[in-house]
Amino acid sequence: MATEPAAIVTHGLTRRFGSLTAVDHLDLEVPRSRVYGFLGPNGCGKSTTIRMLCGLLLPTEGDIRVLDLEIPRQAETLKRRIGYMTQSFSLYRDLSVTENLQFVANLFGLDRARTRRRLDELVQTYRLESLTAQLAGTLSGGQKQRLALAAAVLNEPELLFLDEPTSAVDPQSRRDFWAELFRLTEAGTTLLVSTHYMDEAERCHQLAILQEGRLMREGSPEQLKADLGALPLLVETDRPHAAELALADLPGVLSSAQIGATLRVLVDAEDTREPVTDRLRTQGIEARVSTTDPNLEDVFVAATQGGHRT
Amino acid sequence: MNGFSLRRLLAVIRKELRQLRRDRLTYAMIVGIPLMQLLLFGYAINMDVRHLPAAVVDQARSSASRELAEQLLQSRVFEFDEVLASPAAADRLLQQGTIKAAAIIPPDLEERLPDPDRKVFQLVVDGSDQVVQQAARQIGQFPVRSLMRGDASASSDDASAVEIVSYYNPQREAPLNTVPGLIGVILTMTMVMFTAIALVREREQGNLEFLITTPLSSAELTIGKVLPFIGIGLVQTTLVLILGAWVFQVPVRGSLLELYAAALVFIIASLALGIFISTLVTTQFQAMQAAIFTFLPQILLSGFIFPFEGMPTPAQWLAEVLPLTHFVRLVRGIMLRGAGLVDLWPELLALVVFATLAMLVATLRVHKRLD
Repeated sequence: MATEPAAIVTHGLTRRFGSLTAVDHLDLEVPRSRVYGFLGPNGCGKSTTIRMLCGLLLPTEGDIRVLDLEIPRQAETLKRRIGYMTQSFSLYRDLSVTENLQFVANLFGLDRARTRRRLDELVQTYRLESLTAQLAGTLSGGQKQRLALAAAVLNEPELLFLDEPTSAVDPQSRRDFWAELFRLTEAGTTLLVSTHYMDEAERCHQLAILQEGRLMREGSPEQLKADLGALPLLVETDRPHAAELALADLPGVLSSAQIGATLRVLVDAEDTREPVTDRLRTQGIEARVSTTDPNLEDVFVAATQGGHRT
Repeated sequence: MNGFSLRRLLAVIRKELRQLRRDRLTYAMIVGIPLMQLLLFGYAINMDVRHLPAAVVDQARSSASRELAEQLLQSRVFEFDEVLASPAAADRLLQQGTIKAAAIIPPDLEERLPDPDRKVFQLVVDGSDQVVQQAARQIGQFPVRSLMRGDASASSDDASAVEIVSYYNPQREAPLNTVPGLIGVILTMTMVMFTAIALVREREQGNLEFLITTPLSSAELTIGKVLPFIGIGLVQTTLVLILGAWVFQVPVRGSLLELYAAALVFIIASLALGIFISTLVTTQFQAMQAAIFTFLPQILLSGFIFPFEGMPTPAQWLAEVLPLTHFVRLVRGIMLRGAGLVDLWPELLALVVFATLAMLVATLRVHKRLD
C-alpha cells in the first residue's frame, strides 16, 4: 500500500494567460482515497489548476501526473477514469433523472446490462428512487446535487473532481452530501474539492490554501490550525465597529472581523495582545479581550495576509 | 400601491438603454435590419426585368426572318442573342434553365406576315418562373407586323401577331411557382436557426462544462447534434411535397431521388451555416438573431420572391454566394421543368462548394479545449 503512487503529482505547474500568471509553480501531491481540498478566494487559480489536471487546459510549464498518467499527453485515457462535478448543475434539465444517467452511461460506453445495474445502484445510493421519471429541472437543490454526484461517479472513477459541491444546498443536504463523499473515499476514490467555503474545507482530510496561483499552506485542517503562527483574540464590546476601526492600523494585527456582538481579531503573536488592550482603552472603548481557539478562517487569513505582507 | 413614479419609470428606461448598448448584436440589428432592408428593397429589388437570356430558332432562314430576329433584339426584355437550329435545341436549353424563352420563327414566315388571322411567330417561355411569364406578355404587345412593314406606329393587326406558349405552367398557377422554392425557404428557416440554437444551448446551460470532462469528442458531439436535423429537414421536404401535390397539384416532373439529393446537399449547407453561427454567439437569443441576419438576404435575393434578373450586378453576385439561390433554381428545374441534376450541375456544384467550405470553417471553429 505504501508504494502506491499519489493520485496527483505536479512539479512546477504554471499557467499564464498573457501577462497574468494564474497558476505559479505549483508542487502538489494528492494522496489516494482522501478528500483533498483546494481552498482559496475566487481567481486564486483553483479552476485553472483543475482544468489542467483534467487535461482540458494546457500548462505553460511544469509536469503533471494524474493516476500515473502523463497529462496532457494521456488526457483521453484519463477521462475514462475520472469524474467531474461542476459547480452549477450541468445535466439536462429537460431530461428525466433516468434519461440523464443513461446518457452519461452511454458516453462512458457502458453496455446495456451494466448500465441497468449501475443505474439501479446509483438511484438507490443517492435516494433518487421516487424521482427517476422526474425531469431534472424540477428537482430541488439537494436532489439535483445528488443526481449530479450520481452522474459524476457513474463510471466508477478513481478520482473525482468537485467544484464547490455544496454551495447551493441547505445545511442538512450538505451534511448528507458529505456523508456520501466520505463513503466514496472509503471505497478507494480520491476526491479533489475546490471551495472557498470554510465549512466545506473543514471536512477535507487535507487542504491546500492557494492564493494568486501559489501554494500558501498545506496540511490537514487540524495541523493547519495547530501551526497557525498567529493568535486569534475575541474582543467583547458594545461598540465592535469602533473597536475594529481603532485596531485597524495597529502593528501586529493581521485582520479583524465582526461576528455578532464580538470582534474576532487575528494578531501575529502573544506579544500583540497587550497593545490591543491598550489601544482600546486609550480610545475609550470598553472591552474584554480573551484568546480563543483558532479556526480555519484564521488559518486562511494568516496564510493569505502573510503572503501579502512579506 | 404608491402610484406611478416618473423616477422609477426613468430608472427602468435608463437601465434598458444601458443593457441595449452592451448587447452588440441587438444594437447591430437595430441599425442593420433597416439598412439591409432599405438597400435590398430600394436598390436590389426591381420587378421590371431586363436582359432575360433567350434564343431565336430561325426556321425560315430568309431576309425577313433575319430582320425579325434583328427587331426582337431591340426588345431589351429578352436577350435573343443565341441562334439555334431547331425547336428541340431550344426545349433542351429551356429545361436546363440556360434560356428563359425562345422565339420560334416558322418556315412560312413570309406567308404569315400579311395574314392578320395567323400568328407571325411563337414565343416559348419558361413558365416555372413567374417573372418570365410577365415579361413574355410585354413581347406579346410587340408590333411585329408594323415593324416589318416599316410603319412607325402600331396598327390593329399587331395585336394577335405573337403566340405565347408557356411551358411547365401553362395555366399560370401561382402555387406552381411558389411551392418548390418554399421548400428551400422552410429548410433555411428551420435548419440554420434550429442548429445554431441547439448547439448554443449546451454551452449556455452549462452542459458543455460537464461534457468536456467525459470521453465525448467535439466531433461526436457536433455530428450527433446535427444528424437528427438532417432527418427533420427531409421530413419537412416530404411534408411540403405531399401538401403541394395534394392541395395545389404541384407536380414533381423530374426524378424524386434527385430532388431529395439536392435537398440533402442544401440541408447540409444550411446546417453548416448554423454550426458556424453557433461558434460566433454565446446565447440562444443571439443565435436566433444571427440566423435572421443570414435568412433575410437569402429570402430577398434568392429569386424566390423577387426576380434575380431585375437585380443590379453586385446584388446578383451576392445572390450567387447564397445557398438558397442555387437551391431555388435546382428545385424549380427538377420539379417543374423535369430537369435532371446533370442539366443543373453548376447549381449543384455551387451548393456542394458552399456546404464543404461552411463545414470546414465551422469544424475549425468548434473547439473542445477551453483555452
